[in-house]
Amino acid sequence: MVEYRKIEILVGAFVFAGLLALTILAMKVSNLTDFGGGDGYEVKAKFDNIGGLKVRAPVKMAGVQIGRVAAIGFDNKTFQAVAVMKIDRKFNAIPKDTAAKIYTAGLLGEQYISLEPGGDEESLKDGDTIVLTSNAVVLEQVISQFLYSKAAGDDKSGS
Amino acid sequence: MLDLLQELGRWSLKGLQRLGRSNVFMLYVLGGIPMCVRRPRLVITQMFAVGVLSILIIFVSGLFVGMVLGLQGYNTLVDFGAEESLGVLVALSLVRELGPVVSALLFAGRAGSALTAEIGLMKATEQLSAMEMMAVDPLHRVIAPRLLAGIIAMPLLAAIFSAVGVFGGYLVGVGMLGVDDGAFWAQMQASVEIREDILNGVIKSLVFGVAVTWIAVFEGYDTLPTSEGIGRATTRTVVNSSLAVLAFDFILTALMFNK
Amino acid sequence: MISSHDPVLENALVKVRGLTFRRGERAIFDDVSLEIPRGKITAVMGPSGCGKTTLLRLIGGQLRPASGYLVVDGAEITAMSRAELMQLRKRMGMLFQSGALLTDLNVFENVAFPLREHTTLPESMIRDLVLMKLEAVGLRGARNLLPSELSGGMARRVALARAIALDPMMIMYDEPFTGQDPISMGVLVRLIKLMNDTLGLTSIVVSHDIHEALAIADYVYILSAGKVVGRGSPADLSQTDNPWVRQFVQALPDGPVHFHYPGAAFAEDLRL
Repeated sequence: MVEYRKIEILVGAFVFAGLLALTILAMKVSNLTDFGGGDGYEVKAKFDNIGGLKVRAPVKMAGVQIGRVAAIGFDNKTFQAVAVMKIDRKFNAIPKDTAAKIYTAGLLGEQYISLEPGGDEESLKDGDTIVLTSNAVVLEQVISQFLYSKAAGDDKSGS
Repeated sequence: MLDLLQELGRWSLKGLQRLGRSNVFMLYVLGGIPMCVRRPRLVITQMFAVGVLSILIIFVSGLFVGMVLGLQGYNTLVDFGAEESLGVLVALSLVRELGPVVSALLFAGRAGSALTAEIGLMKATEQLSAMEMMAVDPLHRVIAPRLLAGIIAMPLLAAIFSAVGVFGGYLVGVGMLGVDDGAFWAQMQASVEIREDILNGVIKSLVFGVAVTWIAVFEGYDTLPTSEGIGRATTRTVVNSSLAVLAFDFILTALMFNK
Repeated sequence: MISSHDPVLENALVKVRGLTFRRGERAIFDDVSLEIPRGKITAVMGPSGCGKTTLLRLIGGQLRPASGYLVVDGAEITAMSRAELMQLRKRMGMLFQSGALLTDLNVFENVAFPLREHTTLPESMIRDLVLMKLEAVGLRGARNLLPSELSGGMARRVALARAIALDPMMIMYDEPFTGQDPISMGVLVRLIKLMNDTLGLTSIVVSHDIHEALAIADYVYILSAGKVVGRGSPADLSQTDNPWVRQFVQALPDGPVHFHYPGAAFAEDLRL
């Protein structure tokens, strides 16, 4: 019986260590603590082109992350992409005429939504839609535009 | 040429037969789960054998793997001036891949082989037969608790491996090579996802736990009851379960992380 | 030869009829019929490899015969479901040649094992029962030893205590005397006899140790090459003129069981 008690204690310690390791992985290594759960409010924004934006991409304001993209949908009437952003409840005084832009982190990095505050007295609430949006910069478009204008310019100088 | 084909055919048929036997075996063993729930003591005793006794090797290996990752990762990242991402590299490699896979391989070598040898020996010394004659089903009484203990222990061991590994990477990266402490953790936390990375890692190790323990107990039960047979079965356990872990890892990675 | 009208055999606990069992191509049993009388010690003897142990496994339902039937206490074994077989096995004890004690449990826990598995008796009663059984085999003092610390003879006695833990109706002994020194052999002979008489058991002893087996058996079967070649009480057998029985009982090197393994004639093999 003493023997079995020892075994039980050691197994208990083992299970505890395993669960502790899992907790550490969840809390310290990953981001369970911030923007994890449903604590926050949702704001919509329509874009003509969202490029490579993905669900769970960061939403930033002045470079600070304030939320995440919760869902990406498609509006059948206006043929626009609808990005639903979940903003942390702490940031509850964002002006109503705030503009949303899709940027790329670095030249080839992940895309994120950047919010640029306007001057409205009223602030965004759950379910509101951001009207002022600008689209993702699609690298291929930029390059082809550049090449096209370059070619056109060459033609002019040639004639 | 025909001989070669025949050999191939015989080999495949044998393999299929074993697979079939192991499935039937598993079905019977699962019938013993209610008994394990009624008598948790059986499982706890086995948790000691497969879990507690594997902690040391898991702990030490995790620490060293993490430290090596820190060292190698730093040397690569510093060329791009991105050594702040060291935390991300260490944590993601461990949580997604190395934690579940390496700990499953170690588990196969440490606990799997011991399980096979133990069950094989019980068979060779007629202990399983004796249980049957005492109207006790050895599949329920002996195999099921061991299988269950292995399946429970594996994710816990993998979590310990990953956590200790991250700590090892931290020791080397921040402690020795001077990566910024805050950046190490902040970048890691920004990129490691609880659901995508950590949960998937746990699922992986659960699958590996089932595969390794299943193979180990089946090889033990299916062994020839001689000392040579037990030796061979033990080797087969380590080889087959390692291969199974790597194969499952590829399949699971393809399913989980392709975007 | 004794006919099946023998009064001793009328009330047989185990009846075997037309039993055929094959391992691969080799027939271990070929149309064997025998009865094990209730309350007696029956010895099944025969040269090594004649399938004596297999017979016990067939009676215990661990193996299924190719044809024929086995009736134990009025119930047909081959037709039983697994659950029914398990119920029957609770009333059978079997003593394996090696003892087959569970190596991770000590002597006490080994004897307690069937009680813990099949009953919900309180711990104090299990303790009393186990000590009683251990006392019967004279090993009450060894209750805390591990199987690895026991001699072969002691391991068999512990296994015997375990076999009688559930108070079975019969016990099957698989080669109980093999590899024992004279003292433990004497102890085992006495124990088997004692158990049988005091507990009212039916015993089947499979053995090739003629003297010990003949000393305790009430009835003897001699098997060879998958057939029953002799049967009767020990007294009958020592007077028989049956060449099989004579060779076995008197340990003659050559006889119906040949000294030479079957093969071509020697001269032919040497290419003379």
